[in-house]
Amino acid sequence: MTRAISILRATPGVSVQDQGRPGYLAQGLSRGGAADLLALAEGAALLDQPKNCAALELTGGAVTLTASDDMRLALTGAEMRAILDGAPLVWNASHTLPEGALLEITPMRGGFGYLHIGGGLEPPPVMGARSAHLAASLGQPVQAGDTIAVGADRGHRVGLCLPEGQAGNILRLVASLQTAVFGQDALARLEATSFTKDARGNRMGQRLVPDGAGFATASGLSILSETIVPGDVQVTGDGTPYVLLSECQTTGGYPRIGTVLPCDLHKLLRAGPGNRFRFRLVTLEEGVEAERSEALRRSALARTLQPLQRDPRDIPDLLRYQLVSGVTAGDDLEREAKSCVSI
Amino acid sequence: MFADTPITLRPDMAPDSRFPAIRTVGIDGFLVSFAEVQDERANRAALAFRSALERESWPGVEECATSLVSTFLRFDLGACDHASLRARLVQLLSSRNWFDAPLPEGRRLWRVPAVFGSDNGPQLTEAATLAGQTPEEAVTTICAQPLRVQTIGFAPGQPYLGQLPPEWDIPRQAKLSPHVPEGALVVAIRQLIVFSVGTPTGWRHIGQTGLRLFRPELDDPFLLRPGDEVLFTRAPEDALDRLRADPDGGAVAEAL
Repeated sequence: MTRAISILRATPGVSVQDQGRPGYLAQGLSRGGAADLLALAEGAALLDQPKNCAALELTGGAVTLTASDDMRLALTGAEMRAILDGAPLVWNASHTLPEGALLEITPMRGGFGYLHIGGGLEPPPVMGARSAHLAASLGQPVQAGDTIAVGADRGHRVGLCLPEGQAGNILRLVASLQTAVFGQDALARLEATSFTKDARGNRMGQRLVPDGAGFATASGLSILSETIVPGDVQVTGDGTPYVLLSECQTTGGYPRIGTVLPCDLHKLLRAGPGNRFRFRLVTLEEGVEAERSEALRRSALARTLQPLQRDPRDIPDLLRYQLVSGVTAGDDLEREAKSCVSI
Repeated sequence: MFADTPITLRPDMAPDSRFPAIRTVGIDGFLVSFAEVQDERANRAALAFRSALERESWPGVEECATSLVSTFLRFDLGACDHASLRARLVQLLSSRNWFDAPLPEGRRLWRVPAVFGSDNGPQLTEAATLAGQTPEEAVTTICAQPLRVQTIGFAPGQPYLGQLPPEWDIPRQAKLSPHVPEGALVVAIRQLIVFSVGTPTGWRHIGQTGLRLFRPELDDPFLLRPGDEVLFTRAPEDALDRLRADPDGGAVAEAL
């Protein structure tokens, strides 16, 4: 029998997501896939599996499920309440998902959270990917009664967690095609303004409400529709910025005041409504440098994992792990383990 | 940091000395623009330049696309850098006169029935007024001649059709319409769009077709291609259900 998870309950806002479908921009289909690609990579690192394994993305939705076999799971992205047969699970960590056990995940403060399963979710691929592109009506949200196939799991380790990340509220921007349209005064004001993450947000984009006046431009309503990339900050006619996400439109005519660095997007995606953000314009060179160093960091994520709890059985493996990474073992472990279990 | 970079080409190869211009898009993209506003020759140039980029298939280039008068290219920051890619773009731009490029091959003319006004086009009167026409004149203008698919974008398979007469250079709305349905015919800045998915929009909703432009279940999921032409025909209000029941939305294609 095929390994699978069975969805007992799902509210709107739960879907299967992978790295999406790059390559269809010319046909008007945006990449889609996980909004928080860092969270996807973190899940892959925790479960020691390829980054393109599909996971469940929860955007304001809750899900209850069981597994057909003993499996492994990992939880990343915006922290949510995860209960396995009545016991809470630590977020940003990997755990066992025993056959038949009841796993309930409920959003807490908002944002995009991810449930990864060892072997990856394997609904049938469409146009080269397993992710649902909800804006394009390609695939469906996950619903009660769904059974989702799970791939073969070649990994074994559980009980690992990610080091505590640096939460930040500065979103770095590089100039976009219409940045100059706004003028230097507006750009200075953009950097001086605090923005509040609005409850209005989905896989296409997130609205940010400025303290004070908006950023409307007189010429903005008649500019030519032009290519859009995820991270673009589009300013609609009333002056409110939207940060466009993985399911964004591929072209658009509202002016874009800048593009959020991909490596800063997770800050916005993991925060709940009401959180406050600032924009900072950086040069293209700074942006490229930040992206390149983030790509290096991301490719070495597995080496930063820490044991979730100090379990004697884990120590031999753990020592090997730490030595490979060049990080000193020994009493560091105690300290890291403590920082790790604190929620 | 914000400046466009015009490429100096021989005057006979570039009608406007500011174009083509190379700009960066986000952190890993380039946009080669051939004009500032919608322009027939620039549209052809963008389509032809994209075809050329596909043929070149430079290492590190991950995808290419066109918008109305520009060609977009996205690359892998781990495999190439802005300076070397920009140099290659300049070289390719200088290799021929892109404004004289022919339209893509295999073009088709699509006759597309549409219902105009009332509930299926609640902003027809508003849009017509902005263009200085009555609703009746507006529909006549829109159905008078074939409009070209200048690019596909925004949503999957969704055509930007143009170009309408100059009086139709009407702006988008300041506030978004919260939702227009799949197949909706909308208008702004001398262009028409048929929406391939239900979506919020700043364009004005003037009519409705039965087209399904994106069919992910098929081998070729996209109905229209850049360069195709679309001639709208006026359908009676009660025809919409029948049109929607047809796999091609009642549209009929012939080779051009």
